[in-house]
Amino acid sequence: MRWIWIDRFEKFEVNVAATAIKNVSLAEEHLHDHFPGFPVMPASLMIEGMAQTAGILVGAARKFQEKVILAKIGKASFLRLVRPGEQLVYAAKIVNVTEQGAAIEGSITSRTTDNGKPVELHVGTVEMMFSHIDNNMSGMKFPEFNFVFNSQFMELFETYRRELEVKLSGA
Amino acid sequence: MAMTQEEVFNKVKEVLTAALAVDDDEVTREAKLREDLGAESIDFLDISFQLEKTFGIKIPKGDLMPENVFSNPEFVQNGKLTPKGLAEMKSRMTFADFTEFEKDPDINKIWDLFTVDALVRYVMTKVNV
Repeated sequence: MRWIWIDRFEKFEVNVAATAIKNVSLAEEHLHDHFPGFPVMPASLMIEGMAQTAGILVGAARKFQEKVILAKIGKASFLRLVRPGEQLVYAAKIVNVTEQGAAIEGSITSRTTDNGKPVELHVGTVEMMFSHIDNNMSGMKFPEFNFVFNSQFMELFETYRRELEVKLSGA
Repeated sequence: MAMTQEEVFNKVKEVLTAALAVDDDEVTREAKLREDLGAESIDFLDISFQLEKTFGIKIPKGDLMPENVFSNPEFVQNGKLTPKGLAEMKSRMTFADFTEFEKDPDINKIWDLFTVDALVRYVMTKVNV
């Protein structure tokens, strides 16, 4: 599992909200193509970062028993460019979670500096929906094996969790 | 205070234009959510969340789309609802108009029952109690 777009969680409140951070670095290859001579963090990858933050939050709400799939991006707006050296903050909030899925409101900010002073600037907002695909309304069937929260994911989650002491038992 | 059908329709229209990214004038009473407005399965969950928020109502799972009907051989045979299955659906979806559907109760056409009007009538049963 290498498609990881969040570095760590700063806050994780099961059933409520989670905040993850992502350091944007020029060591990342894609920034050299997007764009040559003017590296900018792609908005699509910020959506992915938010989806990972929110997807794990939604997964935790059902103790990772559901297969949680990003199903809809209702709104996504980005107001400023994010450059190498900045630290992205993905704040995801559960608006609604049911047997069938969840709705999330996400806010993205960036920690950077302004004339040497640390500042946190608003980058954008994303609204997204996740489906618990075994309970989807179209009645489509999926494999029993949880291919979303598999053992590789759980190892990654342990890495995140160790720093935060997230208690899933109360979920 | 009781809401009129017109008031409910206008709010349902706002929900649908936002959730499905369609224009105001596409949301007519007769429009079918899936066929005419392009709603997919996740959109129905989105719409039910938005309706709950907009009208301050609760939409239990299976309330809009009945459960345990399609998997029951008594209700569905060869991909069509049996007379018993049709009666079951009608009793559970009192807000929907079955006139067209019952001519050929193919379960693939079940989504056609979800017109804007059906949603309005469903919401009416919830807000004016």
